[in-house]
Amino acid sequence: MKLVVILLSAIFVNNFVLSRFLGICPFLGVSKKVETAVGMGLAVTFVMALASVMTWIVQRLILDTLGIAYMQTIAFILVIAGLVQFVEMVIKKTSPTLYQALGVYLPLITTNCAVLGVAILNIDSNYNLVETLINGIGGALGFTLAIVLFAGIRERLETAPYPKALEGFPIALITASLMSIAFLGFSGLL
Amino acid sequence: MINEILWPVATLGGLAIFFGVVLAYASKKFAVETDPKVGEVRAVLPGANCGGCGFAGCDALADAIAKGEAPVNACPVGGAELAKKVAEIMGVTAEETERMVARVICGGDCDNAKQKYEYQGIQDCKAAEMLAGGSKSCRFGCTGLGTCERVCPFDAIHVVNGVAVVDEEKCTACKKCIEACPKHIIELVPVSKQVRVLCKNTEKGKAVVEVCKVGCIGCQKCVKACQFEAMTFDNNLAKIDYSKCTNCMVCAEVCPTKAIYADFSKRKKAYINDELCIGCTICKKNCKFEAIEGELKQKHKVLEDKCTGCAQCAVKCPKKSIEMR
Repeated sequence: MKLVVILLSAIFVNNFVLSRFLGICPFLGVSKKVETAVGMGLAVTFVMALASVMTWIVQRLILDTLGIAYMQTIAFILVIAGLVQFVEMVIKKTSPTLYQALGVYLPLITTNCAVLGVAILNIDSNYNLVETLINGIGGALGFTLAIVLFAGIRERLETAPYPKALEGFPIALITASLMSIAFLGFSGLL
Repeated sequence: MINEILWPVATLGGLAIFFGVVLAYASKKFAVETDPKVGEVRAVLPGANCGGCGFAGCDALADAIAKGEAPVNACPVGGAELAKKVAEIMGVTAEETERMVARVICGGDCDNAKQKYEYQGIQDCKAAEMLAGGSKSCRFGCTGLGTCERVCPFDAIHVVNGVAVVDEEKCTACKKCIEACPKHIIELVPVSKQVRVLCKNTEKGKAVVEVCKVGCIGCQKCVKACQFEAMTFDNNLAKIDYSKCTNCMVCAEVCPTKAIYADFSKRKKAYINDELCIGCTICKKNCKFEAIEGELKQKHKVLEDKCTGCAQCAVKCPKKSIEMR
């Protein structure tokens, strides 16, 4: 039951983009088309799930045992960057199709704060390994949901009549804020 | 004290070295062989990722060229110069291609064509097209709401007085506007050909006259006037075969509605260099407009008012004594 709560909480209530305001850069940058937004979401899901598990292992086995938990941020950045690079190489070799599908987004999310955010939140919430994995996947699914919905709205905005001064990012930011308010409605869910 | 510094440094250093070694090993172990030509071709491509070649971007095109799936002149932006560079890398010779530009096949601006109704919807050609084919009286004509203008990555197409006009200097033939136009009235043409039929209306003459002052009414005068069989008539429309057109502009002269447009100020005239002319009469025989006079063994002369600048004499002259200017 707790796992379901964690999953739903990560997707809706504590949505990474719309409630925690993490990963705003790709959220605004790669949300012009639904198609690319889905690609980005897939890549984030993949990396977040992997990074959650890896950082949890590093924290529990290395940092905690040596008593240097305060080095968490730096260590996690190192782990995530190294991990993504490694995974990219492996995928390129073993599955060119998946590599093509993820494309440029995979290296892009190496430095995404949402990935680092989920890793640190896992440790702060004292999750065990399974809960960590679920939270990572949930957070990424929440990101995917937000970016795909947002991209859908932006596609329609292309032909919508709004003041010329708001063209581009201003209207995107206003849209994002309205979406954020809408997601606040989920706070009573759990 | 020492421990407090040493442990973090050692741990993070150790982690970094560990990842470094793993990555170094992985880059060897999982190395994917790539054709070095891909990188070289990619380096000379413009890098605008406009997609004009039909591939997902410059990287994808470089890949396709290196594999031989795309021709060396596939990039419409770089033109002949780029094709040459790419050809050098690929070890083949590039065919000289004439630069193409987009041309909007409609002359029905606000003065020439009427408005069917007042359009107040979304300012987009595709949206207007859905409302009884747009507000312009002619259902084949340019809607003039600038969808092409917005998709052009090179600022080369603009709506002027209700009709889109291509800036041929800036146009790179990337075909974005051609795909975007809901009326399908933008076509690629060789840039050197000055004559253009500016009408797509396939209806009969009377119906055309009712909706537009400069429409093609299907009188076929141009077809009879063309000396080079470059003018064809199909589906109530005159059409120029640019492989045969010589820029003589005679069709534009005879067109009663001026649906065929030509810039007469750019019309060239033939000039015979007296020092080189040997009086062979070949130019005279080849002139379809009787614009060259002169007897055998005598210097020939061009009658300027009859010369149309078709350049056939210059092409045929064995001594290269005729210059077009």
